Amino acid sequence: MSKKDLGLLILILVVGVVVAAINPRFLLPINLANTSNLIGLFGILSIGQAFVIITGGIELSVGSLVALLGVLFIDLIATRGMAWPVALPLIIVLGGVIGLAHGWLIARLRLQPFVVTLCGLLIYRGVARFYTKDGTAGFAFGQSFPDLEFLTAGRFHGVPNSFIALIVIAAIMWVVLHRSVFGRYLYAIGKNEEAAKYSGIHTGRVVIAAYVICGVLTALSAIYFAMYTRSISPASHGQFYELYAIAAAVLGGFSLRGGEGSLIGAVLGTVLLQELQNLVNLLGIPSSLNFAVMGGVILIGVLIDQQWSAFRAQRLVAEAARQPQ
Amino acid sequence: MLKTPETSGPAAPTHFLALDGIRKTYPGVVALERFSMRVAPGEVIGLVGENGAGKSTLMKILGGIVAPDQGTITVDGAAHDRLTVGTSMQAGIAFVHQELNLFDNLDVAANVFLGREPLKGGPLRLIDRAALREACAPFLKQVGANFSADAPVASLSLAQQQMVEIAKALSMQARLVILDEPTSSLPVAETDKLLSVIAALRAAGISVIFISHRLHEIERAADRVLVMRDGALVGELGKDEISHDAMVKLMIGRALKARDALTPAAAPGPVALSARGIRTPAHPRRSVDLDLRRGEILGLAGLVGSGRTELARALFGIDRRLGGTVALDGRPLALSTATDAVANGIFLVPEDRKATGILLDLPIAQNISLPDLPRHARRYLVSPRSEAETAEMQKKNLGIKAPSVATLTGTLSGGNQQKVVLGKWLAMKPKVMILDEPTRGIDIGAKAEIYALMRSLADAGVAVLMISSDMEEVIGVSDRIAVMHEGHISGFLDRDDFSQENVLLLAVGKPAGNEAGKGAGATVPAA
Repeated sequence: MSKKDLGLLILILVVGVVVAAINPRFLLPINLANTSNLIGLFGILSIGQAFVIITGGIELSVGSLVALLGVLFIDLIATRGMAWPVALPLIIVLGGVIGLAHGWLIARLRLQPFVVTLCGLLIYRGVARFYTKDGTAGFAFGQSFPDLEFLTAGRFHGVPNSFIALIVIAAIMWVVLHRSVFGRYLYAIGKNEEAAKYSGIHTGRVVIAAYVICGVLTALSAIYFAMYTRSISPASHGQFYELYAIAAAVLGGFSLRGGEGSLIGAVLGTVLLQELQNLVNLLGIPSSLNFAVMGGVILIGVLIDQQWSAFRAQRLVAEAARQPQ
Repeated sequence: MLKTPETSGPAAPTHFLALDGIRKTYPGVVALERFSMRVAPGEVIGLVGENGAGKSTLMKILGGIVAPDQGTITVDGAAHDRLTVGTSMQAGIAFVHQELNLFDNLDVAANVFLGREPLKGGPLRLIDRAALREACAPFLKQVGANFSADAPVASLSLAQQQMVEIAKALSMQARLVILDEPTSSLPVAETDKLLSVIAALRAAGISVIFISHRLHEIERAADRVLVMRDGALVGELGKDEISHDAMVKLMIGRALKARDALTPAAAPGPVALSARGIRTPAHPRRSVDLDLRRGEILGLAGLVGSGRTELARALFGIDRRLGGTVALDGRPLALSTATDAVANGIFLVPEDRKATGILLDLPIAQNISLPDLPRHARRYLVSPRSEAETAEMQKKNLGIKAPSVATLTGTLSGGNQQKVVLGKWLAMKPKVMILDEPTRGIDIGAKAEIYALMRSLADAGVAVLMISSDMEEVIGVSDRIAVMHEGHISGFLDRDDFSQENVLLLAVGKPAGNEAGKGAGATVPAA
């Protein structure tokens, strides 16, 4: 764990202690379970986003994809009668294909990630609304899928399974990002794509793979969100979720220029964001201020981080000056 | 020959600039120690020294970016403890940096008068374009520019862009122009232009401090040479004492015998890399035929824009070539990506080290392992130990000066960064090494090491292609020279025909003189 991650963890604990001191309900099992469920759902999104941000890209269509894929998933199992063990991989593959398309447009046709995924944001939201004729997709009365519901919205010894899923995914993705050849390539491309290309790396393939990973994780989380809300009105479901994911990554120390950040940071960033949401609810702050609180905290966090890096860079220069040439 | 620099006495009013007893320390290092110098109006001072000798610190003090710990700076009779950016500019001290600070999306006049544009009256503060062009013209004339004030900067050559920088300095009433490595990226013909601009400045009574690693240019341009080493002035050479050897001796404190290591051990072997009809987007109508033999260093000379870098990039697979075939050891290669080249042992040390050669934010070890990462991995997981072992070996073999292989590459000096670039390829058994301006911006000690390294690579059977704009280097290091002109090879020169004149003639598209005729097209018929 890097110093940055440790600092974030300490911040999370300090905020937690303060909130618990003011309102002990923070520590009630039901509150912790609810919060960790949300951490699980948003955390999976943030990890996907992190893989794209590390390459210096951005994925803005995440929120719309959560709506579109969620609508499709519910439609497939609830109204079209498809068995969920078939529908689930189908939706995940669809997420991967959409990621592939984004990656291809960005890496091969050299379109800007912001533009491609902004168009995605608009297109998928529109398609989702059209698909349900602007109605709400949901389950019929009495319809239930016990196994699926247990896996997505259920609990294991009181711990939400979505949170357990996040831990498992985070562990796997940590190895991929921080220990694998592919992860090293991601960092290299984020730092300097040209230099990576000059080292003989297929930079295009690596970037495309990052968007595919993001698409797959988004699809998975779309299914979790769908099973959590159980009914989806496509005009508003998942709105701003891309910004939650980006904010979590930024709080976790990712640079939007690419090449910087750790997986633990992205997860801790999500934890902090959800803790803040919870804080707003528990401390009786008007919920209309929700976004303002989040924005303020992110701004302060990034400011401190930036000042700290500038300080470290200065020390590094001083150290370098001390070495014999 | 060696005069001890003056360290005391008030500045005589005949000097535009006088530095006395300047000292500057950074935590743990003394960057400048008891440094004094005088600059008279209209004097051209050559400032030489290896990287790390303190030249940059001196420039930062003159530019007002850092304050000295001790000493006085007297500009135009007024003494200062330190300069600020503002006072330095007002006093008429102007800089032309190695990396030019021009906006290539604007035209010449807009660059020269950036922030000082003549305005039309009225509340909108519109720029008076006609007045702008008119105001720019005399300065362009003064630097001998052959382009107009409304030419886009992007369309100018590097030397022309430097002229724009100098014109900009003149427009600000500069009285001292400091040229920091202005010629390091210029080919010979362009360098001559720049030297004549310097002469014009001198004639106009403007002082020049000319910093360069290219000692022959210093020899030609300077009235006086100051030599720095380890933050101190170690010698001063008057006009008639300036010579290449004297400068080198003072700079490194010993005589340099760089060339001794450079005789090939054996005659070159069979053809390793054979290129036929290579066409690049820069010159789509011209093509290059080239044979590169094992064990030889082929120097590739030519003017900037003659297509040398594009050829190198095509041979490395970074750019898709428009046509032509490449064969390695007689086997045709697809070479559609750099990955193909790397897999076949064709490696490129690119021209722009910082942008394409290395990743400055990664540790040395990760830079060295990057192209060969799968070999350092078991089941797709990277083994840091294997990376470190390889990097340690390269660090030792190449003499990379760094505390450890975990040091960030960006904190190293230029020469050591270049060694990291070389190290990543040397760890992979090269067959063909293409080096594009391998010693650009590198101090003279590290240069000699890189020459020796190229030679030992060639002696080990590697085919070496060295692109260089440094005439001394091309003639001193190559076994054979190919000269490019407008996208094709205008001739090959064998060792007996090596001369600056022959290279230059071929570079401008004329046949080489005397026996060089047999050199032209000796290996393949010229296209």
